[in-house]
Order: sequence, then C-alpha cells, then structure tokens
Amino acid sequence: MSDIEFHAVAKTADLDDGEAIQVIVGKKEIAVYNLEGEYYATDDICTHAYASLADGYIEGDSIECPLHGGCFSIKTGKALTPPVTDDIKVYEVKIDGEDILVGVPG
Amino acid sequence: MSDPAIVVIGAGQAGGWAARTLRDEGFEGGIVVIGEEPYPPYERPPLSKEVLLGKEPAESSYLWPEGSFDELGIALRTGVGATAIDRAAKTVALSDGGSIAYDKLLIATGGRVRKLPIEGAELDGVHYLRGIDDSAAIRADLGEGARLLVVGGGWIGLEVAAAARMLGAGVAVVEALDMLCARALTPDMAAYLLDVHRDRGIDVRLGATIEALTGDGRVTGARLSGGETLPATAVVIGIGIVPNVELAEAAGLDVDNGIRVDALCRTSDPDIFAAGDVTNHPNDLLGRNIRLESWENAQNQGIAAAKAMLGGETPYCEIPWFWSDQYDVNIQLVGLPADVEETVIRGERADGSFVEFYMKGGRIDGAAAINNPRDIRFAKRLMQARKTVDPAALADPSVKLQTLLRG
Repeated sequence: MSDIEFHAVAKTADLDDGEAIQVIVGKKEIAVYNLEGEYYATDDICTHAYASLADGYIEGDSIECPLHGGCFSIKTGKALTPPVTDDIKVYEVKIDGEDILVGVPG
Repeated sequence: MSDPAIVVIGAGQAGGWAARTLRDEGFEGGIVVIGEEPYPPYERPPLSKEVLLGKEPAESSYLWPEGSFDELGIALRTGVGATAIDRAAKTVALSDGGSIAYDKLLIATGGRVRKLPIEGAELDGVHYLRGIDDSAAIRADLGEGARLLVVGGGWIGLEVAAAARMLGAGVAVVEALDMLCARALTPDMAAYLLDVHRDRGIDVRLGATIEALTGDGRVTGARLSGGETLPATAVVIGIGIVPNVELAEAAGLDVDNGIRVDALCRTSDPDIFAAGDVTNHPNDLLGRNIRLESWENAQNQGIAAAKAMLGGETPYCEIPWFWSDQYDVNIQLVGLPADVEETVIRGERADGSFVEFYMKGGRIDGAAAINNPRDIRFAKRLMQARKTVDPAALADPSVKLQTLLRG
C-alpha cells in the first residue's frame, strides 16, 4: 500500500460553490469540486471518452460530463447514468488555511 | 412454460442499451439480440473521429468489452439479419434460415446510408460511412498523397473532411446547398463553420453538385455540374440516412417517416416496441412528432423502450441534443428550434467559444455552441424547466447561467 501524499492544488477562493476546476498532480488530471463549501476531488477524465469533467455540469452531488452527458457521483466516483458504466477514482481532500490539498498515492 | 423471451432486432446503440437495461432492471427471461454486423454493440460517433484518425482502435467504440453480454446472459447473434416478423405466430425469421420466437419484440434497426444515384458511384475508392468496416476502408485510402473528395457538407461529411485533413490529405467538400449543415445550423453558425474548414485548407464548394464520379475501375475525380473537374484519390459520400422500416412495414405496423411509436416506444402491435433512429415518436416538450438520427436518442430511447417492455410507464421525452467534433472545435446543439424570434449571442466568435440562444416567447427554444459544452447543459436545463429568461442576462458572459436556473 503506497502512502498518500497531499498536494496543494488550488485556493479555496478559486472555487465558488457549485464549481469545479481541473488540477494536475504529477501526471494525473484531477477535478476538484466545491459543493456548498465542502471540497471533493475525483479523476478528471471521463471513463467513456476523453473529456474533462471539470468542464461539466454539477447538479446536486453529481457531475455530468460535458461531452456526452454521463454522470458520476462526486462523493463516491460511482458511474450513475449512461453512457458511463465504469467508475472514476475519488481522492481525499484537506483544507489548510486557504489551500485545498488533494491526497494521491505517492 | 419457458421464461418469457425478448428479442431485439438490431445490435446498435439502441438495441445494445435496451438489452443491457432489461437485465439491469431485473428481467430474468431470455434475451436475444440480432445484429447484421459482425461486431458487438458499438457507438458510431468515433468512426468519423478518433477511430478514423487512428487515435483509438475500432474496439474502443464497443459499448462494453466483448463478452459482456455473455456475462449478462444475453444471446448476441451477430452476422445475421431479421428477414420477416410473423406477428400471429410471434416469430422472427432470420437470414440464416432459422427463426426465433418472442413474447416481446424490440425493433432497433436504425438506418442505412442514403445512396447517391450518379454515374461512377460504384467505382473503387468511393465510400459511405456508417459502420466500423466503412471507417477502416476510408482510413486505408487516406495514406500519403491522398486527395479526398467529400460529397455532402453535413455532420458526417465535415467530420470526415476534418479527420482526413488532420491526417494530411488534400480535401474538397462539395455541398449542394448554399450553406453547411443547413438542416441544423443558423446561417451565422454555418458561416463560422465554413471558416473553420477553409482556414484549415479545405476546398469547400457550396451550391455545387456532382454530375459524375470519374475513373477507370478506381475513382480519379469528379465532374461538377458546371463542367469543372476535381481530382480525387478517394470519395466519401455523406448525404444522410434512410430509416430501416421495411421489416416493420412488411409486418403491417404503422410506418410514416419511421416506425410510429408512442411515448412508451410501443408500435401499433402491443407486443412490439421500437427505438432509435428508426422511430417516429411524440415529444411533448416540443409539441410534435420527431424522428431523430442521434446518438443520444438511440441510447436513451433504447433504455426507455426496455423499461416500457417490462411494464414501466414513464414516457420517453427529452430535449434533443447533438454534438460534433471537427479539428479542435466541439459543436453542440440542443433543441430543434423552429420559428425563432430572436437569437442571443453569448461570448465572442473571435475567441473561438460562443453560444447562440434561440428565443421564442421569452424562453430558450434551442441553442448551439462552439467550444462551450457547459452552457449547452444549462440551456437544456433552462428549457426543461421552461424558464423565462432575460436575453440581456444570457448575452452577458459575466452572468453565470446557474443563477438564471435558480432564479
């Protein structure tokens, strides 16, 4: 089991409620979300086709892919609606002052 | 008595999703899916994009990995077509001489390419694009020194033109009307797209028709109706599809620009349903009947049909949505706007990212976007919610669209 390393990826002020941004950690594209002041992180690339989920549409706890409309749970990464059937990974998020930290395996 | 059996004719996007949904919804009877092509269910959009470009293998277009239907206990019979439906006996006759009994039947036969009836259309190097094999055959003709002639300035033609150009081919597009994608785009949006292609070196001829394709055995060019000759090492014809209604028609089902179904995907026979490109179906949000040739409709109507076949009573009714990718340009459309009163533009054309909202009665009746998929999602939500929106707010990029949805 590899250790989780936390990386500062953005400032809380960068991300309004109901918004997402793409961040890069190492070579990984990760989407970071603000849901009513709680922050979450998932893989950013849709499991159906190559699209950045951070450009998608947030509704409740789910993110809808901007290309073909597949939805994932932001909190669990579960694939919710067609065309997606494969889940995305979720990552632990910590807030340190104004910094949003995302934990990825080192 | 054996378990009830559901037979699905057509192993495309609609048939594939229907079969899977039957299992997902707990149906435990037999499911047989019949497909003429030798492949498991796949989606067609990548065939004119990533697969044609060689960025992805054809298998990447499969809806699910090969063998998924085996695991779900779904019998997939590929390479075989349905030749007749006997509604009294409740059987489907197959092209291999066999027949299958059904309790309920789903027709998801989709469409086939519309053929261009001109001299030379049978020459080698003349292609249409519908299936995996077509995409591979076109790709094989786009090697070093290729000059591609695309007949038809619609979505398929333009996507193939873009892919061929990206692969280094010289490309000409001949379109009979005086604008690209005339069925779907406003003149302004079509003009933008025309610039996209011309800026990348495509020779686009509007208002031009092909009189004949020329060559001896293999195509070497085309003669335009004005007499001019265009050289070509390959031709792709993309002038639309024709719904595969013959099976339904021969069985006596109601057919009128597609197989007529109701909002529960039921044909005029209570045991026969239909879904996908082949259906003419009601849409209460639009207030009219429509037949859609779209990826999303194939998927979602297939799913809706499966649920209805199991007794579900949720009507299928969605605001139509389409997309296209050409070079680095993503085009998305929502709605089927008609009688537009005002067009509101958000964003700047010069930035390569903007949206046109088509307004009617104070509401959004449709929208088209260049490189702005998210605003299309908001437009769709605003349309579904039947929100009255202020055109000035839509036109102001500093106003976040989610605030209009909340308001």
